Amino acid sequence: MQKRIFHIESNDAVARDTFRIVLRTDGPVAVRSGQFVDLDIPGYYLRRPISVSDSLPDGVVLYYKVVGEGTKVLSAMAPGAALELLLPLGNGFHPEKCAAEALLIGGGLGAAPLYLLAKELLAAGRKATAVLGFNKADEICLVDELKALGVPVHIATMDGSVGTKGFVTDAIAAAKPAFDRFYTCGPLPMMKAVCAALSAPGEVSLEERMGCGAGFCYGCTVQTASGPRRVCADGPVFDKEEVLW
Amino acid sequence: MVTKDLSVSLCGLQLANPVVPASGTFGFGLELADSFDLNVLGGISLKGTTREARFGNPTPRIAECTAGMINSVGLQNPGIEVLVTEKAPALRKVYGGAIIANISGFSIEEYAYNCGRADACPDIDIIEVNVSCPNVHAGGMAFGTDPASAASVTKAVREAVRNKPVFIKLSPNVTDIVSIAKACEDAGADGITLINTLLGMRIDIKKRKPVIANKMGGFSGPAVFPLALRMVYQVAHACSIPVMGCGGVRRAEDVIEMMMAGATAVQVGAENLRNPMACPEIVAALPALMDSLGINSLQEIIGTV
Repeated sequence: MQKRIFHIESNDAVARDTFRIVLRTDGPVAVRSGQFVDLDIPGYYLRRPISVSDSLPDGVVLYYKVVGEGTKVLSAMAPGAALELLLPLGNGFHPEKCAAEALLIGGGLGAAPLYLLAKELLAAGRKATAVLGFNKADEICLVDELKALGVPVHIATMDGSVGTKGFVTDAIAAAKPAFDRFYTCGPLPMMKAVCAALSAPGEVSLEERMGCGAGFCYGCTVQTASGPRRVCADGPVFDKEEVLW
Repeated sequence: MVTKDLSVSLCGLQLANPVVPASGTFGFGLELADSFDLNVLGGISLKGTTREARFGNPTPRIAECTAGMINSVGLQNPGIEVLVTEKAPALRKVYGGAIIANISGFSIEEYAYNCGRADACPDIDIIEVNVSCPNVHAGGMAFGTDPASAASVTKAVREAVRNKPVFIKLSPNVTDIVSIAKACEDAGADGITLINTLLGMRIDIKKRKPVIANKMGGFSGPAVFPLALRMVYQVAHACSIPVMGCGGVRRAEDVIEMMMAGATAVQVGAENLRNPMACPEIVAALPALMDSLGINSLQEIIGTV
């Protein structure tokens, strides 16, 4: 883990209450998919853990939703402003465990880390299909970016305004993608339904309110099949069998 | 710049400097061994340990506040045997400073047993007895909120520990901190650590329910510094045993202030959670700060106010 200063290159709204922020720093950055950064927002005591959506040679791309005061302040920060990050944090996904074809299942902003995962899978010669679920059309993001990589994207919306009406599990049933391993990030009920519906091996990215973000405060511990695990340091990615729903 | 002497003498132990990460905010030390050289730290207070392994409280365990945070981890730990056979020996392999075992219990007998086990572990230098955890329903803080109970725990622990200094870590959630500290001193404590966290609470006004799953938790962070400093001052002036000051310390200036109030060592807690490099940064900042204040030796400023 390192503590480093980044500068905002861009910080733009890309969907309702959803921002894409590009951060650059001096020197190389190495982050794997599923890992996260802990971002210091001026004026707020604890850092905000945010998953990495893309890893640049000297930076990171993050997506975040304005849900409270801290993220509201972040959304108002202009290009050029400095932000202090801890990174890389967490264990990350395991693209190497995919034999040939992966299914990436995201709910809302859970789509963000799947973008970097898709790049890693494709670079390793695997194929990937994405199924993304959103409440409404105005929340949709990352679809064009994934398609630009050559990843087929199936969409589910709760109101049926785009793609399959209903849950990601409905969209998976409709699209019938071929895959030997799945990776999912999103709301807990969605991931629970996904794990119940799919028999293939899968990895789940959990979210929890964190203290340190780096494994030493034990603020984000969850019970798993193999005992207490810290979401920040032992996760956030767990094999589906580990998660006690 | 003249060479500055950062070392302090704590119950016969020579610490390279007074900066000690507080229990619960630094794991068992090794979690941060890859982030910086732990040997810059005067001591490390390890995660609070009970006889049996504990999962702790449900999540959310953390709530942000203005100038601080609430935690309700609830003494998650692997149990005393893992501490003495795995955690402390593993840390000793990479760390030469003072290793402080932080011990909790749910009965006086458990406190004594756990402290006896820690006393027998050659990789532990100081035993810090936590009679002030606000996050467990039975035990914890209940032992540290009146002089008689605190004295009972201290006496039992004192009889179980033959070789090592015993510090009692006190709660600020009391009406008269001095009477409790003096009761511990009279019962044989070698030192006092204070303060633990203040019992606090936040409510999510959108969800209309407490942020913390356990409803309440321990509040800490820069907001509590003046309160902690006041208690350190009162206890250090009323007792003749050394004090490890703790509460809201986030920078080198706070360390100097705590020491002037009477602290021999200074623990850094919540700040580690927002800045894992807080302790090495504070240690690095001390010499220049001492120079600007005309201080050559930290030992000389203890309790000078």
